[in-house]
This record gives sequence, structure tokens and C-alpha cells, in this order.
Amino acid sequence: MTDLMTASGLGKRYGRRWALADCTLRVPQGRVAGLVGPNGAGKTTLLHMAVGLEKPTTGTLEVLGGRPRDDAGQIGRVGFLAQDTPVYSRLSVADHLRMGAWTNPNWDAGLAARRIGELGLPPGQRAGKMSGGQRAQLALTVAMAKRPEVLILDEPVASLDPLARREFLQLLMATIAEDKLSVMLSSHLVADLERVCDYIIVLASSRVQVAGEVDALLATHWRLTGPRRDPRTLPADFDVIEESHTDVQTTLVARCDGPVHDPAWTVGELSLEDLVLAYMRRARGGGLASGRGAGDGDTGNGDGGNGEGGNGDSGSRGLRVLR
Amino acid sequence: MIEFHLDARSGVSPYQQIVQQVRHALRLGLLHEGDQLPTVKDVVARLAINPNTVLKAYKELEHAGLVAARPGIGTFVTATLSDVSLTAHGPLRQELRRWLLKARRAGLDDESIEALFRDAFRSSGAEDVA
Repeated sequence: MTDLMTASGLGKRYGRRWALADCTLRVPQGRVAGLVGPNGAGKTTLLHMAVGLEKPTTGTLEVLGGRPRDDAGQIGRVGFLAQDTPVYSRLSVADHLRMGAWTNPNWDAGLAARRIGELGLPPGQRAGKMSGGQRAQLALTVAMAKRPEVLILDEPVASLDPLARREFLQLLMATIAEDKLSVMLSSHLVADLERVCDYIIVLASSRVQVAGEVDALLATHWRLTGPRRDPRTLPADFDVIEESHTDVQTTLVARCDGPVHDPAWTVGELSLEDLVLAYMRRARGGGLASGRGAGDGDTGNGDGGNGEGGNGDSGSRGLRVLR
Repeated sequence: MIEFHLDARSGVSPYQQIVQQVRHALRLGLLHEGDQLPTVKDVVARLAINPNTVLKAYKELEHAGLVAARPGIGTFVTATLSDVSLTAHGPLRQELRRWLLKARRAGLDDESIEALFRDAFRSSGAEDVA
């Protein structure tokens, strides 16, 4: 089976700034993959390259085994919902469906009409008159009626209130349960992703900090507390993500693939949020150097840069779902 | 039909919460043999969770012999927990009470008792896996 996404040495530079660097990933198909990281971490850049809106500066990227935007077939297989789930405010719900049918060869008019009915969106209503939550539901319905094999969503719930957020994720999950498609969605809030994702990619300071199945990550990361000790004396299979010390105590967030045997440690489980935050702090340079060598030492470059997606961002506001 | 709910702060993973809630409903007699569990689509549309989470929970329940999936129809309860475990509850509760009394006499407060229990629980779980 082909993967949802594979990236190798992928990088994107805007001027002198690397928005994304040295990104190597393999996300299996059938997953709901969450891309999480602070604003400006490179999330939008990665997603835009995945749908062919941006070209990589270095490396390669494949979605479902194909190069983004290689041909019409590839475009039809990949659905995309740009940031703020854009719709045309002057067009009605019915207009959106007509336009979708007109611009997409695989348009599933039956599905679109059924969804709109289930959601209770009035067909004659202009998108501009609807709530943010309804606009997001409309945009998702349009994206789904393309019948894509993978759906890529850039911060789909960031601008929604908590109720609309939950309703959007309910619709998205029901859609996945029905249509068995792969999804990649980004958010700067772990809480948005915790319930829905089974795969997570933590992006910070333009680099992938950690990526993997959520269950596997939670089963190998621990919070360890014990009497103060020098982390250099830890066993080699410990990868310390974060450490703090008082005069008598040491607290670690560490990755350890086997069980922790040393009785000196009190072992606690981590929530996904704690795990993600630990990696983000390490990337920012807040944590101390890790025990794992290659490739990890150069993440703390202090490049907090803003303006994610750089100069390519202005082009993303259109109704990409209708491409 | 039962309805699931998730406690985000419980520290228990969503899939385990679903398993626990089914077991709990079986124990309390809310679910009987032949009853249907909510469909995967219903659960995810209600809780906004990943369908794989529900599938994983149902698979575990199936593995435990408590439910069976009928393709295209749904997942149904095939066994009951109440008879087996309820009879065991009484003696276990008594033993536990005696143990708690001992622990308190030894000077442990509630917090230390909980910590000790959790620790022993975790390490015995690890031994089972190993």
C-alpha cells in the first residue's frame, strides 16, 4: 500500500530563511495525521508543498505515491482545505455545489446534497451570511464531494468557537468513518488534535521534532522523577527530551523504548500534550541538549520567525477546495 | 443502546475509556446478550474521535469474547460480565478492606496508599506483559 505522505530531505527556503528544512517523513495511509507546531513552524509550507501550491527547494515529496500536481489525476486524489476554510461569501450554498460540480470531474452531487441536508444548511443562503462554523462545514462538504483519497486541511478549526470546533471535527470524523480516507490536518493546539489523530508530527523551528503513531509515542515516553543525578549517567537507551533539576531532585521527560527498570525513578505517563510541549520546548532551545546525537543538536537555532508560509501565503486565500 | 462519553482529564486513553464503559455497562446490567453497541459512525459523529479508536476498542472487546461484529450490521453483545465477576467482587472487596486497614495501621495516609497501589498495579501489569 502506498503511503499517505513520504518526504525525503524536503526543504523550502524563502529568501534567506528556511521555512522547512531537512524534513524526512513516512506517514502510512489510512491515518488521521496531525501536524502540530507553533505558528511559523512550517506547517502551512509543508501542506502547500503537499498539494502543489509551493515547490520544494530541496528534497522530494510524494502524496499517495505521486508527485503533487503531477497531473489532473493526482489533483483529483488530493482534497485541500486552505486556512480559515474559505468559501465565496457572495455565493449561496447551492452555487457552491454547482461550481463544485462544474470544476471537478469526480463530483459526487448526491453526497454533497445529502450532507447539506443533514447539516441543515439552507441551499439559498449566501455563505457570507452564515456562521463561521457553517462556512467551515460547507467548505468541508465541497472538499469531500470531490471524492478525494486524501484530505489535507490547514488549521481547519483555528478560527472557530469551541462549539463549532467540536461540530466540525464531528463531521470530519463521521466522514472518515464512512469514506475511509486518509487525512492530514494541522493545528497549533494539541487539544484540537488529541481526540482525532492517530499519527502525529511535531514541527517546530522549521524541523520535524518527532513523528509517529500516537499510541507508540505515548507508550515510549515517560516522566521520570527521582533523586538528583547527572543525566550523563543514564543508560544509553534513554533519550532525554527535557530535564530539570533541583538540589535534591531530577525530573525528566524521556523516550525509552523498553521498560524503565531502575527503581530510583518514579515513572509517570505523559499526555499527548505534555509530550508535544516537551519537544517544542526542546526545539526552542528551552530544554538542555539531548542524549540522542545526529540531527537533533542543531534544532535550537532560535529562529522563531513569523509569517508562516512567507510570501506564498497571499495566494492561499482563494477557494482551493474547488480546484 | 448505550452512549459513550469521554473524560479528557482522566488520563485514560479514549479507546480504553470506551472499553471500560462497555464493561461497566455489562457489569451493571445495562447491556445484555444480543444488545447492539453504537455503530462506529455514530460514536465518532458524537464524540469527534478517530474511527480507529472505536474500532480498536471494539476489537479488544471482541478479543475478550464480550462482543461480536456482524459485518454490515453492527457489533453485538455476546456475553455478560455480571455473573462471573460479581460473585468474585465480595471476597475481593473484603480482602482489599483488610489490606487497607493494615496499611492505615502501618501509618500510610490516603495518598501513600494510592501511590503504592498505582505503583504495584503498574509493575504487576508490566510483569504480565513481559
